[in-house]
Amino acid sequence: MKKLLSGNEAIALGAYQAGLKVAAAYPGTPSTEILENLAAYKDLHAEWSTNEKVAMEVGMGASYAGVRALVSMKHVGLNVAADAFMAASMTGVVGGLVVVSADDPGMHSSQNEQDNRYFAKFAKVPLLEPSDSQEAYDFMALAFEMSEHFDTPVLLRMTTRLSHSKTVVQIHREDRQITGPGGFNRNPGKFIMLPVNARQRHPLVETRLAKLAVFAESLSINRIAEGTKQLGIITSGVSFQYAMETAPGASILKLGLTYPLPEKMVREFAAGVEKLVVVEELEPFLEEQILAMGINVKGKSLIPRVGELNQDIVRDAFESAGWIETIEKPVQDGLIDEVKTLPKRPPLLCPGCPHTGIFSVLHSLGLRRKTTIGAEAGLVITGDIGCYTLAAYPPLEAMDTCACMGAGIGQALGMEKAGINDRVVAIIGDSTFLHSGITGLINAVYNGSAMTLLILDNRTTAMTGHQQNPGTGFTAQGAPAPSVNFANLAKSCGASDVQEVDAFDIKALRSVLKSALDSRSLNVIVVRGSCVAITPGGGEALTIDTERCTQCGTCLSLGCTAIRKGAEGELTIDNQLCRGGACRLCQQLCSHQAIEQIIKKVV
Amino acid sequence: MVKMNVLIAGVGGQGVVLASDILADVALEAGLDVKKTDTLGMAQRGGSVVTQVRIGEQVASPLIGDNDVDLLLAFEKLESGRWADRLKKGATVVLNDYSVPPLSVSQGAEAYPGDSEISHLLKHRGADLITIHGSLHAAEMGNPKILNILMLGALSMLTPFNPELWIEAISKRLPPKIIEINLKAFQRGRKDLLSILAEMSAESGLEIDGHGDDCGCH
Repeated sequence: MKKLLSGNEAIALGAYQAGLKVAAAYPGTPSTEILENLAAYKDLHAEWSTNEKVAMEVGMGASYAGVRALVSMKHVGLNVAADAFMAASMTGVVGGLVVVSADDPGMHSSQNEQDNRYFAKFAKVPLLEPSDSQEAYDFMALAFEMSEHFDTPVLLRMTTRLSHSKTVVQIHREDRQITGPGGFNRNPGKFIMLPVNARQRHPLVETRLAKLAVFAESLSINRIAEGTKQLGIITSGVSFQYAMETAPGASILKLGLTYPLPEKMVREFAAGVEKLVVVEELEPFLEEQILAMGINVKGKSLIPRVGELNQDIVRDAFESAGWIETIEKPVQDGLIDEVKTLPKRPPLLCPGCPHTGIFSVLHSLGLRRKTTIGAEAGLVITGDIGCYTLAAYPPLEAMDTCACMGAGIGQALGMEKAGINDRVVAIIGDSTFLHSGITGLINAVYNGSAMTLLILDNRTTAMTGHQQNPGTGFTAQGAPAPSVNFANLAKSCGASDVQEVDAFDIKALRSVLKSALDSRSLNVIVVRGSCVAITPGGGEALTIDTERCTQCGTCLSLGCTAIRKGAEGELTIDNQLCRGGACRLCQQLCSHQAIEQIIKKVV
Repeated sequence: MVKMNVLIAGVGGQGVVLASDILADVALEAGLDVKKTDTLGMAQRGGSVVTQVRIGEQVASPLIGDNDVDLLLAFEKLESGRWADRLKKGATVVLNDYSVPPLSVSQGAEAYPGDSEISHLLKHRGADLITIHGSLHAAEMGNPKILNILMLGALSMLTPFNPELWIEAISKRLPPKIIEINLKAFQRGRKDLLSILAEMSAESGLEIDGHGDDCGCH
């Protein structure tokens, strides 16, 4: 049967059919849909873990107990999981353990574009790189078999373009591989990495790598497509598609297993072509290894190491090297520049977003300054990753830092200890607080911070597409679960001053925030309001009474896309976008009582 | 030999991704290779959404190359302009006459481009521009959300695929409750495109056969 599947859907299907028993992940673009698809199967355990490190540990435990396990995450998630991942390489596995890292070349929705292929080399584990959904599907069974045969976790590297592209998949089977129930055999030398045992394991890891290198030579997913002798291309992942598009007549060594490399195969291929080039996205991962073999190969001197590739970039590189014929380019007619002047449509907080109110209050306190060096004390806001990061954009501009998950709390403390005289507010979302904020808060309490911590509890993991988390009351597979009470959690971390406030009550937000900033001691405010995307209805939309409206523009300061300023300065509300009674933020800001709820919302 | 690069652009919430899924299903059912890739940005609602669908005997890259778009199906005017420089010479653009102002415009900081500006950008390299009143007609039919299927109806007139394949693909992708109205929207889109083509040919004095063989995608 042929089916159109995204790379992520293909991974889920391939893993399921390969007899997967336990899957664990933390949501992160572009990896999220892998676990979402797995969660739909009832004959396996699929969970949203609190973070990637926990997910990795769940995968390790399942593997130790003899069943097949899959752990998936975005590239930066593997940084969080690295401690466990490195340890898993040392202990090895029992049931197959596959780790999927979805990298994000081009940074479509990430803070960096690190190339996680280096993690395979670093951890001394095999690395698979599919180049379309078919391979993502096919590689899953292979990955589990390799994992079990070589006693190692396997790293499978996806990229945004593969994860989020749909391509045709020939599905070989309908059934699911039958695997036995789990069982744990005690084996201290393997599972207890005390130095005495670890010293025994390290040589085994090295032997494993050597065996894998031999295995790579005969593995069918490392293959040569013979073409012209003039140009030889070594490539992997989605870059293979761009190479095929650009130079279909060239000889191509297409690698599915990219660590360890099949050295003999590479040498033979190199010897058979006149010019040799590596086409790979981001870092010169293959190129460096091939150069280290003493083979003369080109790569990053021609193909950029920054950003996502495509066939045009590869074509330009090959043309500039004179390897392929130059095609006619459209005349430089200035059209690109004209297109660039069109108004942008940057990502924004949705109308009715529970984050808008608190950021509007933070913005309007009159304390936000460009610099506080040698100036009056202001208000610094440290943050991290979630929809709330979008408050960094105008008109709210109420976010000063965003580095990685949970970073804002530690950063706020560091700023305090640096001696700035500003008030420091750290902001974190509900899911992110559970991911990596709790330790930061305990640290802040312990080290005598006077920060204000805002936990924005919107009852979901919003930015990645509304996944469940331990605060929502449901598991990834839809079962009811205990729900974390964020105020109680903050108290048990040692914060004595903890308050809850309604995200849509501007007056309460302002008063709670003001007293928190005046208190000069650590306090936590839990701002509660459901994400608009998971909240049905909203009732009748609001409208602006043009008689009463003075066009002062205060309502525009919310940055709500439902409120519009016309050519004559007149303000209107789009009744399709407005969330009406569920929000009312603009109505509370209007000092002229010009905003009313009268229009029946059209569905 | 069919070789067709279709770019569908719009704003989050307009159903761009579903439309591209259906187009891809149709191509697959017609026995062709197909690859599609979505770019959603980070916004949950209201951001730019674009999806690229490549159809042919064999497709390598999921991305459409520079200046290689045969058909641009745009659900929103500003979003259509954003892709003008990616059009192949002589491409066809099917544009929904509808605008969603971005925040910079609704805040009064920037102006929404005028129709003549959008049309200038799209026709810059000789594209045929077909403007249809998709949102208006969808609203008239009682449900603005059927816009994406109405637009697919218009697109279907410019593709070599049998209408039965489209109807089957739409019916498979949608919940039973809304299939009927969407199939009506599909037919409305086909009719709309045909009547616009007839108007255009009357103006230019050209004969048309109602199947849009001048779309450059065959």
